[in-house]
Amino acid sequence: MSAASSTLVDRISRVAILMALMMFAVIPLLSMFTAALAPQNSTPPGLAWPADPQWHNFVDAWTAANFLTLFQSSVLIVLGVVPAAVAMATAAGYGLAQLAVPGGRLINAILLVGLTLPFEALITPLYYNLRDMGLLGSRWAVILPLIGLLMPFGVFWMRASFLKAETALTEAAKLDGASAWQIFRRIQLPLAVPALSALTILFFLATWNQYLLPLVLIDDPSMRTVAGGLGAFQGEHGTNIALLCAGSLLIIAPSLAVFLILQRHFVKALLQGAVK
Amino acid sequence: MTPNSRHPNARHAPPRTADAQQTGATTKISTGGAMTLNAATASTGKVVKKPSFVEPDLDSRKSLPVPRPARRRRRADRWSGVVWVAPALVMYAVFVLYPLGQSVQFSFYEWDGIGPATPAGLDNWKAIFTEPELFGSVIHAFVLILFYTVLPVSIGLVAASLIRELRVGPFNTAARVVLFIPQVLPPVAAGIAWTWMFSTDGLVNQSLRAVGLESFTRAWLGDFTFALPAVGIIGFWLSLGFCTVLLLSGIGKIDPSLYEAARLDGAGRVGEFFAVTLPGLRQEIAVCATITTIAALASFDVVQIATQGGPGYQTMVPGVEIYRLTFLEQQVGQASALAVFLAALVLLVIWPIQRIGRHE
Repeated sequence: MSAASSTLVDRISRVAILMALMMFAVIPLLSMFTAALAPQNSTPPGLAWPADPQWHNFVDAWTAANFLTLFQSSVLIVLGVVPAAVAMATAAGYGLAQLAVPGGRLINAILLVGLTLPFEALITPLYYNLRDMGLLGSRWAVILPLIGLLMPFGVFWMRASFLKAETALTEAAKLDGASAWQIFRRIQLPLAVPALSALTILFFLATWNQYLLPLVLIDDPSMRTVAGGLGAFQGEHGTNIALLCAGSLLIIAPSLAVFLILQRHFVKALLQGAVK
Repeated sequence: MTPNSRHPNARHAPPRTADAQQTGATTKISTGGAMTLNAATASTGKVVKKPSFVEPDLDSRKSLPVPRPARRRRRADRWSGVVWVAPALVMYAVFVLYPLGQSVQFSFYEWDGIGPATPAGLDNWKAIFTEPELFGSVIHAFVLILFYTVLPVSIGLVAASLIRELRVGPFNTAARVVLFIPQVLPPVAAGIAWTWMFSTDGLVNQSLRAVGLESFTRAWLGDFTFALPAVGIIGFWLSLGFCTVLLLSGIGKIDPSLYEAARLDGAGRVGEFFAVTLPGLRQEIAVCATITTIAALASFDVVQIATQGGPGYQTMVPGVEIYRLTFLEQQVGQASALAVFLAALVLLVIWPIQRIGRHE
């Protein structure tokens, strides 16, 4: 650090800038919170502590948002997507990085196509295909396509990790006649744990926050993800500001709580996700 | 993930390892739709094997299988690798490649999703450029890049270079966490929160009234002129914290001696910014730009929640238009043409940004 940055003025301006940025990040949430405590069907001010906070709004919203069902539904979808997607991505990443799979370069190129593909580009045919498979409206209609859509990112992520992995030990094990599975299980997998856990967090976020797929592929809001259910909740209670804000806060509370508890890992995963 | 990348000066550590080079030649990407899945590193080049400085896991060494004679033939080995890759490839083929092919095919037909499809030649494709509603949605997506990408990266750069680094400490940890909140919430929640902020009685208008700008108050998301910038500000809110923290972590990796050298050369704060900070952050800037640009071009969640493309078509973006055409207007062919066009557009715009990041 240069000497100048430790002067008092610099330190104060640093804190001030950070405070301003933090304020900007939380202010919409604070505004929702104060509105959530206003009397229902009233027009609350943008940001002011209500004279008589209506904590009961949260109880009403709990019922109105069908919160427990929605939460369970999200958990089911996450359980359907994340372990399977992480396992498949890990296996494929290992295969492409370490096993010299025939046509590996072609496979890489094909996966690269899917990397920047917006989900909207596929939603139309997915709808008709899943309808023909008889899956439309079930949670499988979201779980299966989402696994497929997460593959390019996941495979490249794990492949990059396995490419960097220890090679001397692997070579030695190969000479000793260890099978691909043994090398993977005993040497490579333990070394890949950090990449694996980061990928798990990223896949969890992608699934939990998924909106488009549940919106289109599952009619019944109570079978969607939390994000999908939130959209439906807005449609129903859009005019009742207090209830809408209370419900939205309830719905984002679990993911916010998980984030705050695991914040160190989340921040690391998101930063690694960007620059590795 | 390498031992190098943990070292604060890794980037400038003299003997650059093969890995560091590799990082420079990677492709950053992000899956579309929500910004939640942020990016990946796709190494396309060959990796030069290097001696690792990681102390191998002693336990795993101890528990290595008893040596067996190596009898397996090389070729059989290679084919057995297919088993590892197959599940991922099958899922990808069935739920991504095949539908992508169908989208291309549908784009040359007129189909209502129920009856028989009739060939339409290039009509759907021409319409993207001639129908104001469709072409407008593409233009709007580009306007959103200004808010999702250009502003957050610029302001993030200025803020990061003023803050310089997030030192270890409770306040800095809290700052990092709070700045990340918009990135972790479902974009749908951001849409609802900001719909409330921009509403007639929301905080934006309340603030304007408080400073005597009553005449400027309006229902922002319903205003023909201001709806699109208002949607843009939601995206700005989503991107800003993430970009700032990412750029800060990049600044932390710049060799402090470069700043001292610039100071000795008589560079002021501004000179320092252009001579040291900006070049040193090339890669982080490219990453931020890539992720946020994809989020802008492929935006759906926020727009669908906040405006559904309205008022009129003022905030219509390709993502919402595809949804609307397919599920509300039964114009599957037209929706598919726009979908394929959007996918190609993302690639086209991302490509030059990637080149900036790669070049050093």
